[in-house]
Amino acid sequence: MMKKLYLITVTLLAAAAVFAGRDKNLVQIKGSDTMVNLGQAWAEKYMEQNTTDFISVTGGGSGTGLSSLISGTCDIAMSSRNIKNKEIELAKKKGINPYEIKVALDGLAVVVHPKNPVSKLTLDQLADIFTGKITNWKQLGGSDSQIVILSREVNSGTHVYFKEHVLRRNDPASTAEFAPSALMLSSSQAIADEVAGNPAAIGFYGMGYISNKQKALSIAKDPNSEFEVPTIENVISGKYPISRPLLLYTNGEPQGLVKKFVDYALSKEGQDIVVKTDFVPITKPPHQNAMSLEPNVVTEYIPASKKLWTKHIQFWCGGK
Amino acid sequence: MRKFKEFIIEKLILICGLACIFFVVLIFLFLLKEGLAVFKIETPIKFLFGSKWYPISEPPQLGILPLILGSLLVTFGAAVISVPIGVACAIYIAEVAPTKLKEILKAGIELLAAIPSVVLGFIGMVTLVPWVKNIFHLPTGLTALSGSIMLAFMAMPTIVSIAEDALYSVPKSYKEGALALGATRWQAIWRVILPAASSGILAAVMLGIGRVIGETMAVMMITGNAAVLPHSILQPVRTLTATIAAEMGEAVVGSEHYFALFAIGIVLFVISFAINVTADIFLHKRK
Repeated sequence: MMKKLYLITVTLLAAAAVFAGRDKNLVQIKGSDTMVNLGQAWAEKYMEQNTTDFISVTGGGSGTGLSSLISGTCDIAMSSRNIKNKEIELAKKKGINPYEIKVALDGLAVVVHPKNPVSKLTLDQLADIFTGKITNWKQLGGSDSQIVILSREVNSGTHVYFKEHVLRRNDPASTAEFAPSALMLSSSQAIADEVAGNPAAIGFYGMGYISNKQKALSIAKDPNSEFEVPTIENVISGKYPISRPLLLYTNGEPQGLVKKFVDYALSKEGQDIVVKTDFVPITKPPHQNAMSLEPNVVTEYIPASKKLWTKHIQFWCGGK
Repeated sequence: MRKFKEFIIEKLILICGLACIFFVVLIFLFLLKEGLAVFKIETPIKFLFGSKWYPISEPPQLGILPLILGSLLVTFGAAVISVPIGVACAIYIAEVAPTKLKEILKAGIELLAAIPSVVLGFIGMVTLVPWVKNIFHLPTGLTALSGSIMLAFMAMPTIVSIAEDALYSVPKSYKEGALALGATRWQAIWRVILPAASSGILAAVMLGIGRVIGETMAVMMITGNAAVLPHSILQPVRTLTATIAAEMGEAVVGSEHYFALFAIGIVLFVISFAINVTADIFLHKRK
């Protein structure tokens, strides 16, 4: 009997501790798979300095993050696309007031197998490939093989961004869609792996995922402009045509712990972490980071394979 | 006092028993309520037989024919692979194998059932997918065939253990009679034991298929998830289950997309219900 009582007390105490912690010191961050590494890096450094606070970061896709912000199950949503009007309406209905904070930039790299002879494309050609108008590499000066189109799932901000800005060229009246034959993979890492092993594949993802197993294509806005490679420099200057802001959304203007975390992300230290995780800071980084602005930075990233396990674990545990 | 205790326990058990049914009914009602809402925006014919699945476009195109065919194709492929091997394995365990080997085999098959599907999916992605690509000279190895092979592994434990049970419950006298009449061992198995256990074996096959069609994680990882009308098993396909799993996070509660995903849930429910009922009919026929 005593033992039972003891057990019950301990359980209750533990539960109380968990719930108390939940109220005060826990910030739930959820959303974009592209930003998971960045979010986790921020959270780790932040928690080193603020040992009483607890930040939890999970992926799942921008849409997932925004819809859990709307349903009130997370404090901060990470998103690699802007919130849709429909989502704002829905949020308002539920008494949530989405507040947008731009925390970094990301260049979207279009990648092929290193052996693929094609190394530059225009945006029009890209649109034709991904909508299925161009189906063979021969049409682009490559070898005679069918193009395998890789995309992220529809819950990915990367998928939506690519569709709106490359396939539809920002034209709201356009009805261009990904070709039905496009393979929908569940993570950026899966696309990186498939491209690394498949000479006929073409895919796209945030430039943080480029390694020497893939070749990032140079992209030009139209046939008359320069072909640009996705580097931090080209994204900051706006020369590289496919780049996007990385955003955090909070309910109303950030307050308390959420504000503390957002301020940290925007601080110099937070922006240094942005550079370290291969994204582009919103302000030009100070002098000591000039190293990472070298054009060859793209090939010097941490090999994607090192990230493989964490990526997959995050994906599996991400509630899918 | 003792009678009272008995009464309480009896009622408690009754409540537990009814709770199961109650929950199933609740789940089904919820599924119906959320899923049928999609038919306000899309006719059932267009939903079931439309060939385009673009759920997040404006306006959304919600045709799930490619998804249904994708699921059926993968399941059919898995059945073709797993049924002959599974049934043969069951025959070996029940009739041929020496006792010691039998125990090892049974344990091995239970172990196969214990592997989580995401692990199978991951193994498939790393080993099977490149292999399929190279053998058939395909542009990509993420195909229905890869999914079928991996799912066959998942269906096999179910098929083997239930079929083995069915074979085992055939009265010994049948086999003895056949052997006494001068039949060889093979003839006794093929002509006497198998027909006698046929309904149980069919039930085993149906339950195995039921497991395959509801499987999500592995197919999502290795079938490519392209929502095209499949022409061959060497093509990427998108299954019903993978669609729900991949898109549920994005679907905003109350949107057309959300209702469409629940409607897919109904379709899946109907399919697996039909399979389970068929299996049940076979199982009862046996008794």
